[in-house]
Amino acid sequence: MSAPYFFTDHMTVGYGRTPLIRDICLHIRRGQIVTLIGPNGAGKSTILKSIICQLKLLGGSVYLDGISVKDMTERQLALRMSVVMTDRARTEFMTCREVVAMGRYPYTGLMGTLGQKDQEKVQEALELVHGEELADRDFAQISDGQRQRILLARAICQEPELIVLDEPVSYLDIRYKLEILDILKMLVRRKQVAVLMSLHELDLAQRISDYVVCVEGSTIRCAGTPEEIFRTPVIRRLYGITRGSYCAELGYGELEPVKGDPQVFVIGGGGAGIFVYRRLWRQGIPFAAGVLHEHDVEYPVAAALASLVISQEAFEPVSRKAYEQAAKVLAGCSRVICCVETFGTMNARNRELAELGKEKMILEYSCQEPCVDLSDLLH
Amino acid sequence: MKKRSSFHAVLTLVVLAGAVLLLSVWNISCGSVSLGIREIWKSVSGHIFSWQSVSSYPGDEMVWRIIWDIRLPRILAAVLLGGALAVSGFLLQTFFANPIAGPFVLGISSGAKLAVCLAMLLLMGHGAAVTSAVLILAAFGGALVSMGFVLLAAGRVKNMSILVICGVMLGYICSAVTDFAVTFAEDANIVNLHNWSVGSFSGITWENVRVMGAVVLVSVSFAFLMAKPMGAYQLGEVYARSVGVNIRRFCIRLILLSSLLSACVTAFAGPVSFVGIAVPHVVKHLLGTTKPVLMLSGCFLGGAAFCLFCDLIARTVFSPTELGISSVTALFGAPVVICMMLRSSGKG
Repeated sequence: MSAPYFFTDHMTVGYGRTPLIRDICLHIRRGQIVTLIGPNGAGKSTILKSIICQLKLLGGSVYLDGISVKDMTERQLALRMSVVMTDRARTEFMTCREVVAMGRYPYTGLMGTLGQKDQEKVQEALELVHGEELADRDFAQISDGQRQRILLARAICQEPELIVLDEPVSYLDIRYKLEILDILKMLVRRKQVAVLMSLHELDLAQRISDYVVCVEGSTIRCAGTPEEIFRTPVIRRLYGITRGSYCAELGYGELEPVKGDPQVFVIGGGGAGIFVYRRLWRQGIPFAAGVLHEHDVEYPVAAALASLVISQEAFEPVSRKAYEQAAKVLAGCSRVICCVETFGTMNARNRELAELGKEKMILEYSCQEPCVDLSDLLH
Repeated sequence: MKKRSSFHAVLTLVVLAGAVLLLSVWNISCGSVSLGIREIWKSVSGHIFSWQSVSSYPGDEMVWRIIWDIRLPRILAAVLLGGALAVSGFLLQTFFANPIAGPFVLGISSGAKLAVCLAMLLLMGHGAAVTSAVLILAAFGGALVSMGFVLLAAGRVKNMSILVICGVMLGYICSAVTDFAVTFAEDANIVNLHNWSVGSFSGITWENVRVMGAVVLVSVSFAFLMAKPMGAYQLGEVYARSVGVNIRRFCIRLILLSSLLSACVTAFAGPVSFVGIAVPHVVKHLLGTTKPVLMLSGCFLGGAAFCLFCDLIARTVFSPTELGISSVTALFGAPVVICMMLRSSGKG
């Protein structure tokens, strides 16, 4: 196990003289991605700004490559660390290539002229972010997603050993979110760069991070691998989620279920029921779902949105007991929807359930059929 | 594409240099005594090739005297001071990251003016000679004090427009105090002061030009040495710091240079309006790039050309009465600024 490339030694950060978070001890190895997560205003940006020397440290120190940052000149720091922050770069008449070339600042001479090697590095960085077509366009006239890629290229071009990013994908659409994080991962694999960033997108943080640090208010609440951190109770407590629920394993949240006695019974399974659950939720109709296996992909959705879920242990066929329970609930519902087309060995008893509810069945209820009238169920 | 744009920029610079040359010659020939091109050439070549103080034709001597003693110093002053103002404006705009910043509009020229006025009154009252060096020092002091006020305001006020209003108010206050001082000055001094305070390139001597030249050329050279961090600063303070710019040192140097340049102008020609804002803006669009090295060159040449042109108008339009240079620059410069504000507010 190599020594950490970057670590902070009881670092205290804050604005002015007021400390916000004390005694922070972070460490990052080369080739590792460390992500800060936490609620708005928790202090993630404060930590990052203090590390990049934009804010003065109120205590402790930061070490890069074994040397304290306080003992480094600006140029020495620039040779090791580069940043992509949320600040808007307002340029005029500057091409994207010129913006990326700014990353070569620590390597060029007095007047900043780029040599052969510098030009090659700029081109390489542009290629890494798939930004070659943007190179000669005006930086101020491209979209946010493209701009973020160019700023990332600029950071890459600086040939750092640590890249610090503050919410690099917050303002981007899903396509660019995936692209940028993909580029980061490739960079880490190829060049063994260390990455420290903050992310709001928990689902993406879960996928890309090697290590996660939870920042909350005035303290680092916890830190660990994604497997340790992305558990429902941890996330609920960190973000103080009171309304709705969070499914940490799959990485998304659900809104509050409709309260009340179930009026529709949904027989689902294999993911077919997801659209139905959401539709019923949107229309404000409380429903029951069953019998669902706990390992079914739609189980977490049903658990979050239904008034009642009749479940079956994973990998076991639907038991008699579960069937009877479901039948009882079905009897109390005025409508039945069956989303499953073919029944197999594991959910054979659901076929019987469907038979039971034949008279109340809403046929052809699916996401393709928006005109089915359920308004009599709404009081 | 890159080759083409830098070729285009260099071409623009060459055109600007040509304009400066052309306007200089035009300025030499125009005036209350009109000199034809042939006359000028005969006189200049006569002096360069033979260095005789008395030539064959007595009229030539007068022509030479006009060119050498009156017009050339004035032209050089317009070139140096116009360039200095434009560069000063560009430096301020880089610092504030805003195109509306300029030494006149932020009240820095007015502060310099006040300091020079007080220095003049003090020295003239005690019968001491008013040397160029003293004027520049006084103006520099005044400019720095005004700059200090502006920075204090900038620390509290994040909105650039409000900062400009503060600058304009500061300008008014300084002008008011200057007028106050002038009211109580002796009659003999008032005429000098009044002429100087409306801004004029008249009465510039070779001694003035020597000092001016030294200060302006040294300052502009320093500005060129700062071209690299200036380029980085265009991406914003955070990114500039991340590539290794010492922000504090950089900002202090930028402010000192800008104040020195605008102080130099104010010391000799009084406060000259709008050159600092209008010229960098126009040059930026002509060059099509904001690379500091190109912008600095372009601003210097553009400012020189602009001031030569305005001085020509100030001198000749209502000859023999001379208009204040500040009025002429305002006449041409203010519409440019209005155009610029309208365009940028349209973009959002």
